[in-house]
Amino acid sequence: MTNHWRDIKNADLILINGANPAEAHPVGFQWFMRAKLDRGAKIVHADPRFTRTSAVADTYLRIRTGTDVAYFGGLINHVLQNNLFHDVYVRNYTNASFLVKDGYAFNDGLFSGYNASTRSYNIASWSYDTDAATGFAKRDLTLQNPRSVFQLMKQHYSRYSPDVVSSITGIPVDDFNKVADLVGQMGKPDKVMTIVYAVGLTHHTTGGQLIRSGAVLQLLLGNMGRPGGGMNAERGHANIQGNTDHAISWEILPGYLKIPAPGQKTIADYVAQSAPKKSDPNSWNFFGLNYGKFMVSTLKGWYGAAATKSNEFAFNFIPKPASNASWMTIYDQALKGKMEGLMLSGMTAASIGPDSNQVRQALANLKWLVVMDALPTTSSEFWHAPGVDAGQVKTEVFMLPATHWIEKDGSFVNSGRWSQWKDQVIPPQGQARHDHWILADIFQRVKALYKSGGGKFPDPIMSLTFDYKDPNKPELDEIAKEINGKDLGTGKQMTSFANLKDDGTTTTGDWIYTGSYLDSGNLMKRRAGIQDPKANDPTGMGFYAGWAWSWPLNRRVMYNRASADLDGKAWDPSRPGITWNGKSWVGDVPDYPATMDPHDPAAWLPFIMNGEGVGRLFSNGMVDGPFPEHYEPIESPVANPLHAANSASPVAFLYDKAAGRPDRFGTATEFPYIATSYRLTEHEHYVTQHVPHLVQLQPKPFVEIPAELAGTKGIKSGDRVRVSSKRGKVEVLALVTKRLGPMTVAGQTVYQIGIPIHWGYVGISADSDPSHGRYWLANALTPFVGDANARTPEFKAFLVNLEKI
Amino acid sequence: MPTATRREFLKIGVAGASALAAAGLGFDDAVAESTKIQQQLRIAGAKELHSVCPYCAVGCSLVAYTRQNSDGKVELLQIEGDPDSPVNEGRLCPKGATAMQLAVSPRRVESPQYRAPGATGWKSVSWDFVLDKIAQNIKASRDATFVATDGNGNTVNRTEGIAFAGGAAFSSEEGYFATKLMRSLGLVHLEQQARV
Repeated sequence: MTNHWRDIKNADLILINGANPAEAHPVGFQWFMRAKLDRGAKIVHADPRFTRTSAVADTYLRIRTGTDVAYFGGLINHVLQNNLFHDVYVRNYTNASFLVKDGYAFNDGLFSGYNASTRSYNIASWSYDTDAATGFAKRDLTLQNPRSVFQLMKQHYSRYSPDVVSSITGIPVDDFNKVADLVGQMGKPDKVMTIVYAVGLTHHTTGGQLIRSGAVLQLLLGNMGRPGGGMNAERGHANIQGNTDHAISWEILPGYLKIPAPGQKTIADYVAQSAPKKSDPNSWNFFGLNYGKFMVSTLKGWYGAAATKSNEFAFNFIPKPASNASWMTIYDQALKGKMEGLMLSGMTAASIGPDSNQVRQALANLKWLVVMDALPTTSSEFWHAPGVDAGQVKTEVFMLPATHWIEKDGSFVNSGRWSQWKDQVIPPQGQARHDHWILADIFQRVKALYKSGGGKFPDPIMSLTFDYKDPNKPELDEIAKEINGKDLGTGKQMTSFANLKDDGTTTTGDWIYTGSYLDSGNLMKRRAGIQDPKANDPTGMGFYAGWAWSWPLNRRVMYNRASADLDGKAWDPSRPGITWNGKSWVGDVPDYPATMDPHDPAAWLPFIMNGEGVGRLFSNGMVDGPFPEHYEPIESPVANPLHAANSASPVAFLYDKAAGRPDRFGTATEFPYIATSYRLTEHEHYVTQHVPHLVQLQPKPFVEIPAELAGTKGIKSGDRVRVSSKRGKVEVLALVTKRLGPMTVAGQTVYQIGIPIHWGYVGISADSDPSHGRYWLANALTPFVGDANARTPEFKAFLVNLEKI
Repeated sequence: MPTATRREFLKIGVAGASALAAAGLGFDDAVAESTKIQQQLRIAGAKELHSVCPYCAVGCSLVAYTRQNSDGKVELLQIEGDPDSPVNEGRLCPKGATAMQLAVSPRRVESPQYRAPGATGWKSVSWDFVLDKIAQNIKASRDATFVATDGNGNTVNRTEGIAFAGGAAFSSEEGYFATKLMRSLGLVHLEQQARV
């Protein structure tokens, strides 16, 4: 989230897309209700299903899954065509005025630079027109230049008329227009809207552009950086935020530094190819300027004495991937026989999918599999799942009992970036060990093997810093201090990442957490909460700066310089983020130099982290277009009404095709219904299948079927049905409902079916079922394809058939 | 006779609200009634600790109560929402409210389990056995699939044949530690739940 849970109470309008917070994040949802009840905020929920969130929304829009780019596109077009954008903000705080160089174009669903044989874009033409002398982008603050981002954008979005939006999304034109009117009012400086989303937006081949669509709308309305505004992702796991920040992710190092690429030999090469570049004289480009310092301090923290100036601080110790190495790639490599071993902790590949049957085949191709978990999973048990001949599975499998969250201390970071420390409450049960102790112990044994027997490039293993009292049992407190970083000269904890250096005299484990653990103590433990709101939340905006700690630097709303106007006054004085008091910025922790006078002609632009200094309506940071464009899901019953020749994403990576495996995508002839998957309140991915009370509340797997479709097939609630895709099937109970219904899309009637994920062949429900949950994996149905940028699988839109059993 | 503080009253009030409402008690009566209830609570005299809910990423704060029994074992008595938290203000959903059943469960894997290639059952083994074997596997797979220099002559120092995935249930510090170790083993296939 750019903002945080409690901040949602500050909004006037809440757009919810690809999310069902009343069901999936019910306690966070109290802040939506506070906005509605206390300040009369309106809630608009666009979702394929009428859910608990819809039930308390002011407006519910039944939208076809995977078409939110068109929905947002229609809203953006409405704002642009009717001049409802926040004029001062758009001119000064976005790149609307930047000129784009000749060569950039968009025709019939393709942006300039497309290469059909590689299914990729050369993005060179998606660049600014720069001044030859300074290298900075040319700007036209009147926004009239036809090559300005503003005019190109207006042209791009002009196609998203209400009729076209309705034809793509299935939302009736009148309903859409009513929402457009509401949204259009949010460009006034004293109004603010928030957009809240979850994996219902990300789990599409257009996932990245779905999020960008929302961000573009928020920039046009001047709602980024403001309390009550922003783009807010509700995250699904207790610490998915923290462990994304800490880079258990193929493409990054801690703090969102890019993983180095082959060919980079020096820190300078790395920074030149990775860091943002300054494109305006008033852009601070803070991230770009400090990128090398963050990287060197991380390397110094990891490799200690072995990281020196003369060896580029051990830059060659960091592996450089040849290509994408994300979730689906792991199983693709296993299917190709190139992956020998896999370690899983707290996540089960077999259930998660996509295409669980193919993933299980991949697991069987491994030489060895290690599962670290407190409870059995569908991965630890895949080799003797129902229907599997265990004797034929050659994978060596290890199940290591790991401790639960409550058996160890350490921090969890919530969706709002609040890092909250927890106590060790109880000792480990049975022989369970902490994951980090297991990993430390394994690492020490690997190190000993290299020491005694030699092997490939042992240097990073040998020199990795292990400054813990017991190398086999590091304390999380010790690691938290390491993450913060220290000054090697004084031995003192760093207080800010602004002081990190690129000369090897400072360390950090993750620069965005610098400032979380000072010499005075661990700020993540702080507990100044609502027991004293006057003292702990003096502005009333809900920052609660003395409760836990949020990155970066305990800032509660990111980009908050944009919450104030050019003079430093709050756009809405009743909802200030930071304001200029004549000497310094006050309120939230400023995302800006604390004493920089906004009237100084040399004052930095508001978005200090990127090269432009302003928000990007047009971006060359995406592989599938500088502006979002609607593409159909890979499996869709209709051709794209905007450009049938380029119906689905032209750059989504097709794993099976690239590997020469048989096609696993279905067509509407064989699989005529749209399906989407989701979660229920009682479920958290798969672990809750072991919790008795929760199993009692949701005892059996089911699918939701629209009443009209069920009627044509003679299906009643409680009947057993088979839902099948090109890849697999589930056999579960039918829940016939009016929460789903027929939609008119591109002139034809389509149906959507809802499939909760969760059930499988492991857990209390499976134990009591005669088939042992043999056909209960929802992700047996989902397609092995993902977003062009992030490779996030398309779990939310695919084609199935439906039969009564 | 102990009297309930504001926070203690809140805790009692959440649990007892419906019963009190049904009894039609006035506020003063409710306080008196709650004071009596407090004496019967299992948590009286228990150690109060702080945790965070293990499920979604709202980040609801928890208060957990434990007591050391006469056999020396620490017993988890109760988990409830932390009334001081600006995030959840003491509230929990059905998952958080049943977190005790996740924390302490007869379904837990009690000891390391090993399943040899082609075997039809698990074998309970020692920690030393599994950790040694895994270390040997990692070294063998690393050495077999390590690429020091790519086809273009670039130093890349990567292990292509081992993947690590997980972490959304880790404490942050464990996650950071996993990244540090896995990258140093040369892993490029590194993933957690953000995409899935």
